[in-house]
Amino acid sequence: MSKINELFDSELKVINLGLESFSDDLKLQKKAVVHVEWRPVAGGNKKLSSILNQL
Amino acid sequence: MGLKSYVKKNAYYDSVVLMQVTKELKKSEDINEVIVGMGTALNKELAGNLGLLTDEVKATTQNDFFVSLDGEDTVDMDEVLNKITELLNKKKTSGDEDYRPATLKSALKVMPEANLALFSIPGEYAYEEVKKALDENLHVMLFSDNVTMDEEKKLKDYAKEKGLLMMGPDCGTAIINHTPLAFANVIKPGNIGIVGAAGTGTQEVSVLIDKFGGGTSQVIGTGGRDLKEQIGGTMMLMGFEALEADDETEVIVLISKPPHESIAKKILERVKECKKPVVVDFIGGDTEMIKSYGAHACISLEDAAQKAVALAKGNTPEDFTGFSMDEGAVDEMVEKEVQKYRNTQKYVRGLYTGGTLADEAMMVLTESLKAVYSNKPKSPEFKLEDVFKSRENTIIDLGEDEFTLGKPHPMIDPSARVERMKQEGSDENVAVVLMDMVLGYGSHEDPAGEMIESVKEAKDSMASKGGHLTVVASVCGTEGDPQDLKATEQKLKDAGVILMPSNAQAVKFVDKIMKRIS
Amino acid sequence: MLKEKIEQANKEAIEKLFKAQPTLIGLGTAEQDIPNMNKKTILHAGPPVKWEKMSGPLKGAIMGGLIYEGLAKDEEEAIKLAESGEITFDSCHHHSAVGPMAGVVTASMPVWIVENTTFGNKAYCTLNEGLGKVLRYGAYSEEVIERLNWIEKTLAPVLKATLALSGPIDLQTMIAQVIQMGDEGHNRNKAGTSLMIRELAPYLVQTSFDSQVKSDVLTFMHGNDHFFLNLTMPAFKSSLDPLENTPYCTLVYTMARNGTEFGIRVAGIGNRWFTAPAEVIDGLFFPGFTKEDANPDIGDSVICETAGAGGFAMAAAIPIVQFVGGTPQDAINFTKSMYEITQGENASFKVPVLDFKGTPTGIDIRKVVETGILPVINTGIAHKDAGVGQVGAGLVRPPMKCFEEALEAFAESVGIS
Repeated sequence: MSKINELFDSELKVINLGLESFSDDLKLQKKAVVHVEWRPVAGGNKKLSSILNQL
Repeated sequence: MGLKSYVKKNAYYDSVVLMQVTKELKKSEDINEVIVGMGTALNKELAGNLGLLTDEVKATTQNDFFVSLDGEDTVDMDEVLNKITELLNKKKTSGDEDYRPATLKSALKVMPEANLALFSIPGEYAYEEVKKALDENLHVMLFSDNVTMDEEKKLKDYAKEKGLLMMGPDCGTAIINHTPLAFANVIKPGNIGIVGAAGTGTQEVSVLIDKFGGGTSQVIGTGGRDLKEQIGGTMMLMGFEALEADDETEVIVLISKPPHESIAKKILERVKECKKPVVVDFIGGDTEMIKSYGAHACISLEDAAQKAVALAKGNTPEDFTGFSMDEGAVDEMVEKEVQKYRNTQKYVRGLYTGGTLADEAMMVLTESLKAVYSNKPKSPEFKLEDVFKSRENTIIDLGEDEFTLGKPHPMIDPSARVERMKQEGSDENVAVVLMDMVLGYGSHEDPAGEMIESVKEAKDSMASKGGHLTVVASVCGTEGDPQDLKATEQKLKDAGVILMPSNAQAVKFVDKIMKRIS
Repeated sequence: MLKEKIEQANKEAIEKLFKAQPTLIGLGTAEQDIPNMNKKTILHAGPPVKWEKMSGPLKGAIMGGLIYEGLAKDEEEAIKLAESGEITFDSCHHHSAVGPMAGVVTASMPVWIVENTTFGNKAYCTLNEGLGKVLRYGAYSEEVIERLNWIEKTLAPVLKATLALSGPIDLQTMIAQVIQMGDEGHNRNKAGTSLMIRELAPYLVQTSFDSQVKSDVLTFMHGNDHFFLNLTMPAFKSSLDPLENTPYCTLVYTMARNGTEFGIRVAGIGNRWFTAPAEVIDGLFFPGFTKEDANPDIGDSVICETAGAGGFAMAAAIPIVQFVGGTPQDAINFTKSMYEITQGENASFKVPVLDFKGTPTGIDIRKVVETGILPVINTGIAHKDAGVGQVGAGLVRPPMKCFEEALEAFAESVGIS
């Protein structure tokens, strides 16, 4: 069975990264969701981000 | 007059929440101008433009939160800040003080059985973050846009390799296992599966399926560029194959703007092999080609829904070209409107929040009207010089970038359309205003309520000049949606809006009016 | 492969930390026992700082120290002497010592001697004076000097004699216990102070001092909930010092503030300080005081968070929210968020409400920069003017700049640009 069909046969469990309203809506529907308080890696600093990739 | 600012270091709030807070604060009379946001380059520029860039705000980083405002001397900064804190905390669902992990990795520690990641982060970071999710064998829905075509291809190819859903970028609508994700409606469960590359088109079709007594099994989004040559329809094909293998699905509907010819062929070749009936709506595309591959072609989104439901019930699908009500009755309605126009009134203005719905309107109206201006016209000669000013016959997609810079999408925040409605209403050459009203998760909690004041104002304005403004709308929503469908429809009717059962019918109705005027 | 070297180094470093056995072995005097200490040297909390740049409380404490040592007879003389260049100012940390708030240590002051018996290294800290107008908040009045004299001439000898009878006291076990009693070792030390009094009392009564003196000593300790802080701090310092100079290690082994700057040191890059202006704490203020009165963050007590206690153990010390603000759920969430930036779960300090999970321990500078999550610190707030005392308590974070610069320096040290 393909992974997508497997998904269709399982309970949907969502990780939401970004807009809080999307997780709020899922919670309203009593769906399983974890909201990630997402921020850009190293606050968006490209130099630090590149260093982190190497460490 | 006083310019005041406040900075809170290392506090992060998403952009939509901040924009809504700004809007709320602007309601206060003592505050002339306010900007609330994270210390991004864009926000600092916006602050600068508003004359609100203090040194304190200038020194903020992307990780810091700031408020800058210009108000009367009577403005009590502490009070403003209390108000803001109140508003920001109100955004949290009650009882939800659960710990929020900071990364995908730590989220997986909290929920190791997660199977789908929904991303709505700034596009420039999307590629790296989405790749991490695919690495972890999560299916992905990517709402963000501003992802390059190259990045999209890489992600979709990687997802294909792994057999995972990669819905997006720019995918606003999906319903997986009967769960609306991002901007989607609550549709009755059924046996019709949809793969859509057009957000509001998918919403309209799914809503109408529900309306016509059918239901959906799965609604898979692919993002707007999936059927471009460079991407090759990867996700549409994967979605299609999954629906083919899905026991719950008995009819498959594919929705997209007309794809590149080679891609259309690729998709249709695959469709040909399918034993289940397939409805293909390449909105405005070559219907003969579709029929030649044994699929059912469509002349509108409504027609696609009608055909799908017919097939789902085991009936023969027929073209739905007309109106739900008796055509005679429709013509009477047209007459009634036209009688009241002043002879200066000759144009239609379409104010749309849904891109595909705007496209459908343009498709139908350009057949009769030829010259239909837009911010995204069918031919470049009809591109509006100033998208904030309509010209002759104009259809506007208010969800496009030019209107959403620094502002939430009009489906979330109707105020952009409210302003535009007032503008159109004061133009004595306008006869008809046409609009969509999209409900469902993701949309504003009462889009109709937000619009009716400006509708009444516009109508009154035209009436005071001895004319009559026709306002036509369709509501893209179901009984199951979080907004109250009946109340929405009633509000609009009470404000004098002519409600049609679908966007296609609303446009056709307007088309009749325009033909009568000329 | 670089990543592997770092992972391995971090793993070894945290194991070293968890093997630590900080033990109270005695009471000494700064000049006698602290390395490289003399009459003309004054130690202070935080990274090195020049007199001109010092904040109010630190200057006040130094003035008090000079008067206590008899090197100056009043404020005017003390300032002149401090400015003269005759006095050497240095970080406590450079002398195996730690000090809360201003953290001033002068030659005659009695100091606890704590030994990490696993590795044999020692750490020192003065005795906590109590609350209100005290030297560590920059007060230097007659009352303060008198108390310092009492500590030197009465309190210390009694405790020294007590320790001679009791023998070494295992601080690691005691701290692990108090964390399960609602303490977090930095801003909440009631349980620790109680256990320590309980431990010492049977021996204290056996010493040959006057009954009144013994009673005064017990009363003094009993009246100061933070008495135990001056023991947790050297315990954590002695536990962390062995991590210094662990190649490829990205874990923080020192965090400290001097009232002007916040500084950190990273195990893999020697004893370099990475500093940035200290933040002003936004917390709950005592009646009559506001944020306007607050001094920037000050003190070596953030060594507690560095070792996985303090703010990192807030979920074990929920009542602290009554002093620093927030809800019980906030306290739990703060601890939970620290797992995102640390190497592992503490082997000794367990949090009951999190199913006895070990506290998040071993701050990794890579994770701090990556996630944008800064260590959370639970701290008292000093008035910015010398001698006024504590004006509140709250939560504060170090400046991100310290971690970003440390990361860049680390990258450079391992050959990455």
